[in-house]
Amino acid sequence: MSSFLPPADRIWWNVPVGKQEIIWAGIALVWCLIMFFMMPYWHVYGKQNLSTEAYQTNAEKYGESVEAFVAEYQTGVEEQSGMPIVTPPAGSDIYMLGRLWQWYPILNLEKGETYRLHLGSMDWNHGFSLQPVNINLQVVPGYEMVINVTPDQAGEFTVVCNEYCGIGHHTMLGKIYVKEN
Amino acid sequence: MARFRVCPDSGFYFDRSAESLMKVNAVAGVVFLLIAGLLALGVILTRWQEVHLLPADLFYQVLTAHGINALIFWVIFFEMAVLYFASSTLLRSRLAAPGWAWAGFALMIIGAVMNNVAVLQGNSSVMMTSYVPMQAAPHFYLGLILFAVGALIGCFVFLGTLVLAKDDKTYDGSIPLVTFGALTACIIAIFTIASGAIILFPTFLWSIGYINHIDAEMYRIIWWALGHSSQQINVAAHVSIWYLITGILFGARPMSEKVSRFAFLLYIFFLQLASAHHILVDPGVSSEWKIFNTSYAMYLAVLASMIHGLTVPGAMEVAQRSKGYTKGLFEWLRKAPWGNPVFSGFFFALIIFGFIGGITGVVMGTEQINLIIHNTIYVPAHFHATVAVGTTLTFMALTYLLIPVLFRRALFLPWMAKLQPYVFSLGMTIMILFLLGAGTLGVSRRHWDMDFTGAALSFEYPGTAYMMMAVGGIGGVLGVLGGAMFLIVTVGSLLFGKKLEPSAGLFQGFCGIPLADSVYNVEQPPRLERAEPIEHDHSGGFEAPGTFVLALALLVCFVVYYAINWDYLSSVWPIG
Ligand code: HEM
Ligand SMILES: [Cu+2]
Ligand SMILES: [Cu+2]
Repeated sequence: MSSFLPPADRIWWNVPVGKQEIIWAGIALVWCLIMFFMMPYWHVYGKQNLSTEAYQTNAEKYGESVEAFVAEYQTGVEEQSGMPIVTPPAGSDIYMLGRLWQWYPILNLEKGETYRLHLGSMDWNHGFSLQPVNINLQVVPGYEMVINVTPDQAGEFTVVCNEYCGIGHHTMLGKIYVKEN
Repeated sequence: MARFRVCPDSGFYFDRSAESLMKVNAVAGVVFLLIAGLLALGVILTRWQEVHLLPADLFYQVLTAHGINALIFWVIFFEMAVLYFASSTLLRSRLAAPGWAWAGFALMIIGAVMNNVAVLQGNSSVMMTSYVPMQAAPHFYLGLILFAVGALIGCFVFLGTLVLAKDDKTYDGSIPLVTFGALTACIIAIFTIASGAIILFPTFLWSIGYINHIDAEMYRIIWWALGHSSQQINVAAHVSIWYLITGILFGARPMSEKVSRFAFLLYIFFLQLASAHHILVDPGVSSEWKIFNTSYAMYLAVLASMIHGLTVPGAMEVAQRSKGYTKGLFEWLRKAPWGNPVFSGFFFALIIFGFIGGITGVVMGTEQINLIIHNTIYVPAHFHATVAVGTTLTFMALTYLLIPVLFRRALFLPWMAKLQPYVFSLGMTIMILFLLGAGTLGVSRRHWDMDFTGAALSFEYPGTAYMMMAVGGIGGVLGVLGGAMFLIVTVGSLLFGKKLEPSAGLFQGFCGIPLADSVYNVEQPPRLERAEPIEHDHSGGFEAPGTFVLALALLVCFVVYYAINWDYLSSVWPIG
């Protein structure tokens, strides 16, 4: 009954603890520490770690970098959407921006190469959700995030917006093509 | 005039004004749950792609209202009732400053209504997180601020009542464990509401044009100091109620006061962290901070939950064993009152919270694993296990307990009450498991159309993803049905339930109206004595071996699922 009565022992913190609880708390603590150290471990030995490189920016500035990038490396136009297709040199800095409601431009990459992908938003929060790979990043207005990405599969990949960004949110798609080299 | 009545069935003493406040807060909570539940039906029937009920604008509006009414209004109104119960009733004390408590309640109602009106008007479909720079109407934020101030007043009334009880010496020794847990919830709530004020107040000023810019990332970081920690209020509150329910139903006592209280203290120390759970894949946040924060400094709050996970059912097992249910590992559990919704509700909440909510939460809150989960439908699936089942079902179970005690009414349609936790848990579990699956396949949350109708480009999810959303939809509908059963029983009990107090008039006992004056015939309840001492015999074997086996089963699921997710992560494109 004492869970809702004052404890029997006035000095409850001095009462000895049962074996069972000690053992369980010990096991749980070990598991917690393992989980904790798994994260730094992955930073050293794992291949999927988010870079922390990011710059404060604004829509105008970021938009200019993206346009310059498109102007320099555009190689075609996607027919359905009229969106530019950009084929940057292997291993270069590549740009994508989110705005109501598109991911711009379409990127044409090579498998196995590592690119510096810049991501930014022109208006609201957007969610960069690369499918079907399933890598998900938050794209926040005012920030330019730079991550190193190495496509290790060839094919057509889609960027779905998975942060709610208004009524056209569900139409916000982008594409990344990866070709064998 | 005497202030107290004693409940002849439970022996609890109710202070007249505390009683009324508990009633109005609980009733208000249930009303908001009703609204949230109706909206849930719209949400789930839209996400079930074959049904796709609502148009896009209505869907986002309904989803905004569903989240806020369920997570904020239902849960916090009910928590106010719990705070008053855990202070005034459990300590047999009069309530401090009832006038303030009523003012707080009024503010909460005004705030909740104002916010709902804003959402209803249609220009505030910004989701409960209201990330800037997407802007809602000013009264959207103002409503939330007023609500928070009201809740803050309630927290101070709770603290005041603890002080009053101590001064009046209404109890002997230390405060009971349940009150200690409620105190934990209250302390966390105060921190949380402070963060809320820090971010929502400037946002309100921005919405009326006094501030012209709020940094979008800063908003997310501070908002989540509110958003995440506030979930820990719920955890502390429902864990306290678990102790209360096992105490009342089984006469269970904590296996060790020290261990359980220490675990609550860990909540206070470490649950403030973990706002990083929500910003693990945001730009520019340092890895060291993320690792420290997301793990509550080495998972010490997870440790606390794992401890409660042992000590709550353990306390029940020890009590059951002492009543002679000693056969095998699990006779104590088999012979539990499964037909009593107070028990079944509590127990399902415990299991679903621990096995599904707890495990998925830690997994997706792992810095790198979040990359494959962030903003997918996995996330809502996770927190429906924690808050829509763990907290909500616990509160439902407590309501069944309180209807006779607090409202002095017999349960209406007891057979329905008996079935309700089963239907609700089954439906929600189906929904949760399948939405977890769909999230793993990349289906997004807060997304109207997984067919992407009208998009300039196209994409198709695998057929399995559709199947999972559909089965999840069926589960969700069943869950809503379970919720409706709860509402029928509670509202029916208040309106038509047999009056247990013959002297009560027509409306007496309903809402805030007190029972007949003659019932309040206790000037000052006798002092609350300490629990009977028991021999602490720790020489023998385990006191609760069945629970230990259950705990190990949890650990095995945990380890396996954790490993699977690292393996999944290792298969995606290298990024760095
Ligand atoms: C009764 C059955 C319920 C069903 C079928 C249900 C269904 C759902 C679904 C499918 C979503 C996700 C929609 C999306 O992201 O596209 C959702 C969101 C949500 N639900 Fe529920 N829910 C129920 C009850 C509850 C309860 C009891 C609570 C809290 C106590 C709750 C809190 C929330 C919150 C906070 C969100 C997130 C809203 C947002 O993304 O802003 N739900 N619900
Ligand atoms: Cu978007
Ligand atoms: Cu979007």
